[in-house]
Amino acid sequence: MKITTKFWIGLGALAVLSPLGLLLPAYFKAGAPWYEKPSSIWSAPIPGYSFNGWPGEKGSPHSSFAYIISAVIGIVIITILVLLIGKMLSKKGDQDV
Amino acid sequence: MHIPDGYLGPATCGVFYAAMLPIWTIASRVVKKALKARQVPMLAIGAAFSFVIMMFNVPIPGGSTGHAVGGVLVAILLGPWAACIAITVALVVQALLFGDGGITAIGANCFNMAFVLPFAGYYTYKAIGFGSEALSKRRVVAAGLAGYVGLNLAALFTGVEFGLQPLLHHTASGQALYCPYGLKAAVVAMAGGHILVFGFIEAIVTALVVQYMQKHSPEFL
Repeated sequence: MKITTKFWIGLGALAVLSPLGLLLPAYFKAGAPWYEKPSSIWSAPIPGYSFNGWPGEKGSPHSSFAYIISAVIGIVIITILVLLIGKMLSKKGDQDV
Repeated sequence: MHIPDGYLGPATCGVFYAAMLPIWTIASRVVKKALKARQVPMLAIGAAFSFVIMMFNVPIPGGSTGHAVGGVLVAILLGPWAACIAITVALVVQALLFGDGGITAIGANCFNMAFVLPFAGYYTYKAIGFGSEALSKRRVVAAGLAGYVGLNLAALFTGVEFGLQPLLHHTASGQALYCPYGLKAAVVAMAGGHILVFGFIEAIVTALVVQYMQKHSPEFL
């Protein structure tokens, strides 16, 4: 198996495990609540990796599911962006030659 | 370590955007010259890895979060300039799509996590690994220490940026307009969790993956 394939599988595993970041601190009762946003110049479509109107507190199955979906969405969008940037940079490089 | 909107004053935000512009410009030039087409998928993996690692975060008193970044690993495998671009993409997507880190603070967040972190980590790795074989144990140790140094330096910068706000921006009566915590409190809050917990996570992840690459894909080292 190619090393990149192994890394993609690893990323998928990390996405599935990502709610641990919510569950562990909740379990240890660590940390202050999520910051209160003092300004509203931008409203993110998926604020705090959770979907608007979804029930459930931090660490609930709902929020964990939203977290995993957010991780997958983020990974896909970032991969596309970096591939585009990489293509752009290497294309310009070709023209220089 | 993500700075939300409203925690840094406009001048501070502007300074860090201004600082990042030449860094982003140089990064794209260096990457254009050095990055081979076959390394582009690896860069995408690096950016996605950094994004998902940063999702494992814990709130820190005062309004920010503690977490590893995974960026030192990207810097070791692809160079610090490529890492700068990868982490920047991750941070911009986090800010725009997920509201994790402020829009006005993208410059500062990128300075801390996409500039200070990969460069401090990369040169720590180079310094400790200097003269050693690519497959040596010393490279693994160097990678771990690089992760620890890079992450903690980034956290320190973040703490100082928070802590300077009451000095820089306050009303005539001395009331803070933005982040209200002084230098000492902000640095303790930011640096503490990273020195005790997240620095070690960054160190272990970086060292383990470098060790894995030594065995299975040494051409990347």
